[in-house]
Amino acid sequence: MSIVQPHEAHWFEASARERIAGLLDPDSFTEFLDPSQRAMSPHLAQFNLTGAFDDGLVVGSGRLKGEVVFVAAQEGRFLGGAFGEIHGGKLVGLLRAARDLASKNGPRGVLLLLDTGGVRLQEANAGELSISETIHAIIEARLAGVAVVALIGGRAGAFGGGGIVTACCSRIIVSQHARIGVSGPEVIETNKGVEEFDSKDRGLVWRITGGRTRALLGGADRYVRDRIKDFRAAAIDLMANAPPFSAATLAAEQQRLADRLQRYGECRDAPEIWRKAGIFEPDRIADISDDAFLAVPRPAGASHDAR
Amino acid sequence: MEQFQVRGTATRRAPGSRRQAIIGVNASGNLEVLIERVLPDNECLVEVATAITGFRDLWEAVITEFFERSSPGGLRFSINDTGARPETVTLRLMQGLRIMEDEQ
Amino acid sequence: MAQWQKQRSERQSRLEAASKYSDGKLVSAENTKALLEAVIRPGDRVCLEGDNQKQADFLAEALASVDKSRIHDLHIVQSGIVLQAHLDLFERGIARRLDFSYSGPQGEAIARALAAGRIQLGAVHTYIELFARYFMDLTPHIALVAAVEADGAGNLFTGPNTEDTPTIVEATAFKSGIVVAQVNKVVEKLPRVDIPGDQVDFVVEADRPFYVEPLFTRDPASVTEEQILMAMMAIKGIYAKYGVRLLNHGIGFPTAAIELILPTYGERLGLKGKVATHFALNPHPTLIPAIESGWVEQIHCFGSEVGMDVYVQERSDVYFTGHDGSLRSNRMMCQNAGLYACDMFIGSTLQIDLAGNSSTFTSGRIAGFGGAPNMGSDVHGRRHPSTPWLTAGREATGNPTTLTRGRKLVVQMVETFGEKMVPSFVEKLDSLAMAEELKLELAPVMIYGDDVSHVVTEGGIANLLLCRSADEREQAIRGVAGFTPVGRGGDRKAVEALRWRGVIQRPEDLGIDPLAATRQLLAAHSIQDLVTWSGGLYHPPSKFRNW
Repeated sequence: MSIVQPHEAHWFEASARERIAGLLDPDSFTEFLDPSQRAMSPHLAQFNLTGAFDDGLVVGSGRLKGEVVFVAAQEGRFLGGAFGEIHGGKLVGLLRAARDLASKNGPRGVLLLLDTGGVRLQEANAGELSISETIHAIIEARLAGVAVVALIGGRAGAFGGGGIVTACCSRIIVSQHARIGVSGPEVIETNKGVEEFDSKDRGLVWRITGGRTRALLGGADRYVRDRIKDFRAAAIDLMANAPPFSAATLAAEQQRLADRLQRYGECRDAPEIWRKAGIFEPDRIADISDDAFLAVPRPAGASHDAR
Repeated sequence: MEQFQVRGTATRRAPGSRRQAIIGVNASGNLEVLIERVLPDNECLVEVATAITGFRDLWEAVITEFFERSSPGGLRFSINDTGARPETVTLRLMQGLRIMEDEQ
Repeated sequence: MAQWQKQRSERQSRLEAASKYSDGKLVSAENTKALLEAVIRPGDRVCLEGDNQKQADFLAEALASVDKSRIHDLHIVQSGIVLQAHLDLFERGIARRLDFSYSGPQGEAIARALAAGRIQLGAVHTYIELFARYFMDLTPHIALVAAVEADGAGNLFTGPNTEDTPTIVEATAFKSGIVVAQVNKVVEKLPRVDIPGDQVDFVVEADRPFYVEPLFTRDPASVTEEQILMAMMAIKGIYAKYGVRLLNHGIGFPTAAIELILPTYGERLGLKGKVATHFALNPHPTLIPAIESGWVEQIHCFGSEVGMDVYVQERSDVYFTGHDGSLRSNRMMCQNAGLYACDMFIGSTLQIDLAGNSSTFTSGRIAGFGGAPNMGSDVHGRRHPSTPWLTAGREATGNPTTLTRGRKLVVQMVETFGEKMVPSFVEKLDSLAMAEELKLELAPVMIYGDDVSHVVTEGGIANLLLCRSADEREQAIRGVAGFTPVGRGGDRKAVEALRWRGVIQRPEDLGIDPLAATRQLLAAHSIQDLVTWSGGLYHPPSKFRNW
């Protein structure tokens, strides 16, 4: 038994399975397509790559403070947590099952522990398709009344299609380690030059795509410390308060984004935004402690139910 | 990529009631190990899939040593590896065995 | 008639020659080259201050630019050959002979220059050996040192990176040598006086602050599970077993792992206050969590560490600080503390042989020794007993009596395979081949096997103190050499017997749960965590700013 209790563990350092173990009620997790079933990628061998028994995604059901939830957790260290055919298929299947069971005492919500760079290049089309199907399935689950909550705070962040998947969720929880984006830093630099984006400047990468920026701008709904127990508390809270999904939701989100662009569209870096928003010590947002950051009031328009 | 098996005999059944466990991640310099209690008490087996070729001899030495040190009777270990060093392999096998020994 | 004051008159004439370039003791940056050409004579022994941390870089560049028809064949007697300018001295023929201690980044260049005959090598020393010879046969004629500030009288403030300056100046100033200091700034009043102006002849305000290398910063994000496993074994199997309170950690990730798990694993074992209370150690950022958790009573430092100055100032109960508040380091004193007042050295190495000899000299690279051989040695001059020292001494002998003296614990932590699956355990050290190639009289060994008390690898601990023959020692080392050819070449029965006797202990013999060896055990996972632990007092240099 590890010296560190599962819920006390750090999210960033934890594996997908460790995150699930600390997130859910103790001993409540049942895995679907567990590793012994060897639902593995049929594509990696031709690239001389070895795979993972769960294809880098753990799915199953469990309880969150007594309520039934479905969980999918990406292993960010396996091929960058990227979507492959089986990996994506498991996720889509889970979401569709949640949708189908919604009217029959099914799960109250689906927790997506995202840790991904996007599509697995080796599986290209299959990966892309599964991301599209995932987005579709999230919308259908939400329409059926199932809350879909994204939890992000691992090594890979949520990039590429993973960033888009995130934005489709009912609620988003991030830690300081989290990053959410579509094009990765290196891709931006390669295409637009280092003056536009220096991908080696980690401070810059986090100012633009990191958890604190997303939380302050409304791109994430809740910021937590890097502990599994803090993610758990936020998940319990947000799942209970997830907004319904409708055309009105979409319209409100469009308006929110338009307002935000109008207000801050000229800004080149996060501190400029914080300055405009009247946040105290705008240049120190990245450096202050989690406790201090949690006390920073969110700018007007950041809190919303427009997802 | 290489795939092979190493079989062994065990002097005792690996204690514990768990049927299955998984430990580690298949990442660079690392490995994932799935352990299943599916063999007769006096048998043990490691199946290896590794992205780095040419080290079979070393794998066999590591696994044989593990069998002798730990006698994991009844257990089948399945490995997905991307270039873990021998001591990392030993550590994962010991970790996997340890989880299996926990009474559920 | 014999003359007995030649050195004094020589010094006087040089000072006179230099006087037109200085205003009192102050020399402008532009006049530095001319000053050096005035005070130095061909064949002089010259020390350019610098080891593995601070460098008198401005003066080094000035010296490398002097007129070589006037200044040539110098004998360089300095700790570090680190800067390009240091090598330029030899390339250009300004310097001819070399006695040094550490080269680090210039290791390959030195090897090439030696092979090409551009350097006449005296010897490679440890730091304090070279300092010792400053007082015997390698006394510098000229010392070119680095300080933070000076006043008009030549008093120097060397601050946190005081390091070697007092020692170099002592040897030079009191044997009629000439001391020139580069400073970041000349001021009216110094925060404190580290070197009295009496001992300093000239001061130059350099065009930029002297360079300091952040050598002792290890990013917790890079600590591996295997290093954590080794750290757990070291703490339980050595620190706890012998009750080691006074110690020195060598540089490296395995010791960084130990520092980072004292507040977690060490705490769980109930060891706070019982081990690791007093350190001879630079201000390692990775020790911050242990300090903040109340583990450490006192630390004396060889030098400072970039980014740690404010933290150290705010922890004057732990570190040595001046009345100005900032750290006072001293390499000579700290090395002495490590030699005589510490019960253990623990460090890591890249290559180790069957007798336990270790070396960082690899083919084509002369890295030098730094201070490790002194820290990692058993000193026969010690007389005061302590429990760990006596216990180790008794273990080393079959029948201890009151004549059986103690032994310093000297622990080498070695990962069995290094980068690219290169085995760390070898039958023959690379440095033997290098000694032949470069015609060195002595093969460069960092730590000799007969000083080593324990070898710790991912596979276990070999207690060499309990070995009673060279053969047992060899089998004990093979027994922890894992699956390297050396490990696989062990005699199975012999290794088993050694394990049965407790000479070899595997993790399970120490009661270590392999599942506990994860990064979750680290008190800090990143540089940012260290900053948080320090309450914002630690300011990591920009190259470590990664969030």
